[in-house]
Amino acid sequence: MTMNLAVLIKQVPDSDEVKMDPEKGTMIREGVSSIINPLDLNALEAAVGISKAFGGRVTVLTMGPSQAEEALREAIALGADRAILLSDRAFAGADSWATSLVLAETLRKTGPYDIVLAGEKATDGETGQVGPEVAALMGYNLATYVSFLDAGPRGVSVKCTVEEGTLYQWIPLPCLLTVLNDLNEPSLPTLAGKKKARRAEILKLGLAELGLTRENVGLLGSPTRVVRIETPKITRQTEFFSARDLERGIDRVIDILKEAAVI
Amino acid sequence: MRKEDRNFQGILVFGETRSNKIHSVTYELTGKARNLADVKGCEVSVLLLAESLRDDPSDLFRFGADKVLVVQDPSLSIFNQGIAVNVLKAIIEAENPEILLAPATTIGRTVLPSVAAMLQTGLTADCTGLEIDPDSGLLLQTRPAIGGNVMATIKTPVHRPQMATVRPKTFRIPAPRNRTGTLIYPTLPKETFSSPIQSIHLQRAEGDGGNIQDRDCVVSGGKGLRRPEGFRLIKELAELIDAGVGASRPTVEAKWISYPHQVGLSGKVVAPKIYLAAGISGAVQHLAGMQTAQKIIAINKDPEAPIFRIADVALCGDLYDILPRLIERIRVERCERNG
Ligand SMILES: Cc1cc2nc3c(=O)[nH]c(=O)nc-3n(C[C@H](O)[C@H](O)[C@H](O)COP(=O)(O)OP(=O)(O)OC[C@H]3O[C@@H](n4cnc5c(N)ncnc54)[C@H](O)[C@@H]3O)c2cc1C
Repeated sequence: MTMNLAVLIKQVPDSDEVKMDPEKGTMIREGVSSIINPLDLNALEAAVGISKAFGGRVTVLTMGPSQAEEALREAIALGADRAILLSDRAFAGADSWATSLVLAETLRKTGPYDIVLAGEKATDGETGQVGPEVAALMGYNLATYVSFLDAGPRGVSVKCTVEEGTLYQWIPLPCLLTVLNDLNEPSLPTLAGKKKARRAEILKLGLAELGLTRENVGLLGSPTRVVRIETPKITRQTEFFSARDLERGIDRVIDILKEAAVI
Repeated sequence: MRKEDRNFQGILVFGETRSNKIHSVTYELTGKARNLADVKGCEVSVLLLAESLRDDPSDLFRFGADKVLVVQDPSLSIFNQGIAVNVLKAIIEAENPEILLAPATTIGRTVLPSVAAMLQTGLTADCTGLEIDPDSGLLLQTRPAIGGNVMATIKTPVHRPQMATVRPKTFRIPAPRNRTGTLIYPTLPKETFSSPIQSIHLQRAEGDGGNIQDRDCVVSGGKGLRRPEGFRLIKELAELIDAGVGASRPTVEAKWISYPHQVGLSGKVVAPKIYLAAGISGAVQHLAGMQTAQKIIAINKDPEAPIFRIADVALCGDLYDILPRLIERIRVERCERNG
């Protein structure tokens, strides 16, 4: 058999470069480069590995603005065979539910798929919801926090990292797996891959092509609404000790430890 | 589902059990749900899934539950997302809660989005604040956004239930009160307990030093340790005062210490009595994991370090000078007390 694989990816700001405007509480976007969400690279690496072992095709898809095409080309350089960009004005402002709807509809229209992979969460939103929501909308079997996998023709054996330890599960196909970075070491793009990426045709789909209605996608289709954004302000009465005062500072720490009955 | 579809009422807490025992986050969420329910004037129900519960579920009444639903089945001995989703969905369809709260654990973060998608409703992950809007009666869900740099408050105006997950240790367990409620063992159709997914085995990991979230004190080290061996000093102090060992993200990334020790936005939230941070600058993402500690002690050589702004006691100097002195003083105190 051959495997039809899909990887859900997201373009995120290179996290260490995020700078905030302290007055406005908004993100300063100038000069901030974008990368593929790191855990999505682990998902892609696994998909490429499975397709090499079984034969098959890896499709990467992302919903985002037209710049997200860069992320898709990078994914092709890393071994993906086909890339789909889901871009439409109407998709803007989507929460995780409205995002998942578009991704699920795309999987339905371009599939069927045997295994869909995604990073456990994205470094920007950190909700970790899109993977499980897409799985539910597709009726796929879901596994999350996957740190090891062994794919077979009927299903995937996975190890999931949970609070208590490691959970061993068998997930029949079709399935969606969200992965952690222990899964593998993502490879670097090859020269041949980069060439292929430059020439690759990116399939672009919008509202009309997916047959969705405006009311179901983007901000309009999102069950959640942002009420307000605030910059957290936390201050305490600080007792400050330096240089010659340090001995007194250590006294204070000892007092606190005694009050808490630690010593 | 939309609010006009059914008569949605009350708050349901999707409790967490581990090895047939009620996990503390269940109490934290029950207490929070009680506060919200008192504002709304509604009931709090708590759902527990277990193979065969070893704790007394009626204990939850004292922490704010009006009703506790215990679903027990042999298939629930190891977590199976397929079955957990079936059970939660069945209970939601019977109870029609207006609000559903769950822990942002690996279980909650797997089951809740699955159920939210099936019911076509909104879900807010990792909330740090939950309130009832006095005008609309809606649940206001506050969570860190844009890499923890801002707090976003989110609502779900028309879809039901309004769903949120909360990380353990975000809310405190309230003092128990003298109150009672109804204990129910619902019977669900047999197919609820079957799923194509097979949970084969749970291999329990004995982490080094246990979970830092359960400790009264946490001593953390950051990049300012400058080398992996620096954590020996941190561990020495931690052992002396029976504290857990925490760490900032860069030290985990550099593999000086393992991930379960990471405190912060992408690590754990801790709310100990005492949090001592050495060589940690105090980035918002780190603060997100420790700012609710009762007392914060910070050691940093930079007088402008942001960690000092939220510290109760700021010791400005070289940690390799201060920590050994502090350790020595504690030893002396101990001897004096014992001798
Ligand atoms: C999406 C996202 C999620 C993140 N999640 C987390 C998270 O969960 N946890 C986390 O910690 N970070 C997280 N970060 C990273 C965070 O932004 C900071 O980069 C990180 O917390 C800094 O770690 P640090 O304080 O150890 O290092 P630094 O910022 O490099 O600070 C080192 C400090 O040590 C002091 N120092 C140096 N030498 C000495 C000495 N000899 N004695 C005393 N003090 C000394 C310095 O003055 C400095 O203040 C996240 C970032 C992003 C974007």
